[in-house]
Amino acid sequence: MPAALQITAAAPDPALLDLPWHIPLEEWPEDLLAALPRGISRHVVRFVRMSGSVIAIKEIGESVAYREYALLRDLDRLDVPSVEPVGVITGRTSPTGEPLDSVLITKHLKFSLPYRALFSRQLAPDMATRLIDALAVLLVRLHLIGFYWGDVSLSNTLFRRDAGAFSAYLVDAETGDMHQQLTRGQREYDLEIARVNIIGELMDLEAGGLLQDVEDTVLIGEMLVQRYNELWRELTQEEEFSSEDRWRVSARIQRLNELGYDVGELQMTTDFDGTTVHIQPKVVDAGHHHRRLMRLTGLDVQENQARRLLNDMDTYRADTDRLGDDEEYVAHDWLNEVFEPAIAAIPRNLRRKLEPAEAFHEILEHRWYLAEKAGHDIPTADAVASYVRNVLPDRPDEEAILELDTATLRAISDTDTQIGS
Amino acid sequence: MASVTFDHATRIYPGSETPAVDQLNLEVADGEFLVLVGPSGCGKSTSLRMLAGLEDVNAGRILIGDRDVTDVQPKDRDIAMVFQNYALYPHMSVADNMGFALKIAGTPKAEIRQRVEDAAKILDLSQYLDRKPKALSGGQRQRVAMGRAIVRQPQVFLMDEPLSNLDAKLRVQTRTQIASLQRRLGVTTVYVTHDQTEALTMGDRIAVLKDGLLQQVGTPREMYDTPENVFVAGFIGSPAMNLGDFKVADGKANLAETHIPLSRATLDALTPDDNGHITLGFRPESLDTTTQDEEGSFPVTVNLVEELGSDAFVYGQLANAEAAEAITSGAGESQMIVRVDPRRPPLKGDTIWVKIRQGEQHHFSPATGERLPS
Ligand SMILES: Nc1ncnc2c1ncn2[C@@H]1O[C@H](COP(=O)(O)OP(=O)(O)OP(=O)(O)O)[C@@H](O)[C@H]1O
Ligand SMILES: Nc1ncnc2c1ncn2[C@@H]1O[C@H](COP(=O)(O)OP(=O)(O)OP(=O)(O)O)[C@@H](O)[C@H]1O
Ligand SMILES: [Mg+2]
Ligand SMILES: [Mg+2]
Repeated sequence: MPAALQITAAAPDPALLDLPWHIPLEEWPEDLLAALPRGISRHVVRFVRMSGSVIAIKEIGESVAYREYALLRDLDRLDVPSVEPVGVITGRTSPTGEPLDSVLITKHLKFSLPYRALFSRQLAPDMATRLIDALAVLLVRLHLIGFYWGDVSLSNTLFRRDAGAFSAYLVDAETGDMHQQLTRGQREYDLEIARVNIIGELMDLEAGGLLQDVEDTVLIGEMLVQRYNELWRELTQEEEFSSEDRWRVSARIQRLNELGYDVGELQMTTDFDGTTVHIQPKVVDAGHHHRRLMRLTGLDVQENQARRLLNDMDTYRADTDRLGDDEEYVAHDWLNEVFEPAIAAIPRNLRRKLEPAEAFHEILEHRWYLAEKAGHDIPTADAVASYVRNVLPDRPDEEAILELDTATLRAISDTDTQIGS
Repeated sequence: MASVTFDHATRIYPGSETPAVDQLNLEVADGEFLVLVGPSGCGKSTSLRMLAGLEDVNAGRILIGDRDVTDVQPKDRDIAMVFQNYALYPHMSVADNMGFALKIAGTPKAEIRQRVEDAAKILDLSQYLDRKPKALSGGQRQRVAMGRAIVRQPQVFLMDEPLSNLDAKLRVQTRTQIASLQRRLGVTTVYVTHDQTEALTMGDRIAVLKDGLLQQVGTPREMYDTPENVFVAGFIGSPAMNLGDFKVADGKANLAETHIPLSRATLDALTPDDNGHITLGFRPESLDTTTQDEEGSFPVTVNLVEELGSDAFVYGQLANAEAAEAITSGAGESQMIVRVDPRRPPLKGDTIWVKIRQGEQHHFSPATGERLPS
């Protein structure tokens, strides 16, 4: 290996050195690669197995690589859902001394589903709506912290199941920029890019016969703009009311909590004569339920999953007659008596199917379904057994590899090669 | 077709004290290719976005043609901002890839087809219209991406670093394509880049920005031959111009054993604020190798020789270690760059004597950074 190879990483894994950096990524031997579906991209991107997990490697110019690495680190620090950067490698040369492009390495986001795979599988009738919702939530969250994306698209987003819905993760930060606060123009331009890209991507699936259940692609693109604007308004809008209606302050905060946001700072002003109050949330932080569950149980799961788990915990509290007890104690017992036994009951060979929190969500759904059929409550343990026996085995393996039928797989891999420049 | 005018256009971002763009005055002629260039954060994108209507103008005006568009919505300005990213869609034909934005906008089918065919003719893509992008070469795909912008037939094209994520080879190739295409179409274009080589090779004229302030506007030749201040002098040209701080005495610019005569005009233009100093600029290609006895010659210690076939450059420093600090270049502090005969390059560690070619030195006021007459 040439001495000039340079690795920039916060915690470099020595196994990185064993990878064949002197070979262009496109020509890497099959046995190193993990054949997972990807979105459309202009750069060469490959998934590689390393030290028991999978990394994503993208060949890209040096300065852009460092820039994207730094931005992904910022996003990571700010707790925004995005892929986790591993490092940058520069100074690659071929055995004949030809310089090769630098690479940016990120951790493959486990259980993540690129939209192309999702759409071509007919999972749920309102798939498009749910994906768009998730993307709108992500975009609002990015904009709230001052991140201008510059290239919002379905390809640059990864989706993970989140208690039946989806949560979206940013995967490509190459064109991004971080500011103290974005202007309306910056946000609107991001939205316009998103709209055009999403419609283009859906039209493409349509042209390939891969789009199920979507009538009007233009409408879906416009839905993003609408969902985004609704959420943005709810989170940032100034409200005005008479000073007798002070309850509206806590009502607003509660509404934001229900949407999954914490209010870090709320600006409150009154008129000269004190009859009118204006409030405007200044700092809102996504992940209200996520943080609450984390504090109570140490479980690190996504927002809707956290909401679901917290609900079950509340039910448990009521059922066990412990409404007077400290929340912390109840959480501890719920974890030991309900959550962990359920997860432990999933046989090892089926654990790659779904992440634990999503599996738990499905168990709760399944319990509800069984109870409805039986006409009475079903103990969680019975629901787990039935779920493991009757539902889980038929689910595709989503930790890493998606089971796709061969026609779809061919259609996707046909187009997985990078397209564009 | 239309001209573009920035008239004292100013943008101050909320929460910031200093303007990101400060009283920008700039006229882009009808059909002209103007490049906005400058270091990161100097306000290029902000200027472009103000023109696009994506950023508020806090003071001043923006005109497209004779029309004041300062308060006009982006969609009503008849401009096309070319996205930085342009993924081609694998399942869609080349024609659909070019026309899909029109389809979104609800343009009638027949008109889309017509515009796509017109654009394809210009781009030499006519015979590929019904194929898939996969069947195209890298350069052809790049042209399809350009086709997307062309079919919109705007009055003005805006491009913000469209080449920044292409690899070096494709970047050079696409640079030429965009420039020649723009000339064929004759559509007024404002193009943003941080890369001065790109600016020099593409623009009819170049506008250099720094800290939100316009430094100079001119043709590539003017920017190169007569930079109006030290910043432009150091920014334009590759390798960069050498800039030295000299003491003025006896009608000469002096640094260690080097004494360079100055003209009456130059001397008269200096002011007390300059404190008896002058900044001299000289490009690597304005230096001739010579001998020690020649008036105005410098001794340079060779640190590195870069051989590029047709050219060779010496990266070195003034042999007099104390005086070396007075000289800077794009290669860094205390560094000098000299173009030498590629057939007889010196060796590392050698000392060579060089002299500024007659009439090729630039004079700047140390106090203001402004250009002084020669
Ligand atoms: N860490 C990761 N985890 C999972 N998938 C990933 C990861 N990194 C990249 N991918 C997949 O690879 C695809 C391409 O990556 P990326 O968008 O970074 O490439 P790109 O060439 O910069 O794209 P663009 O053309 O949009 O600039 C993504 O759409 C995604 O599906
Ligand atoms: N929303 C914002 N809030 C505050 N400052 C901003 C905002 N957007 C941009 N800026 C600042 O305005 C200045 C000019 O930014 P602009 O993006 O126009 O520069 P640029 O020349 O295009 O830089 P680059 O080459 O890095 O893109 C920078 O200092 C930037 O940080
Ligand atoms: Mg991408
Ligand atoms: Mg990218």
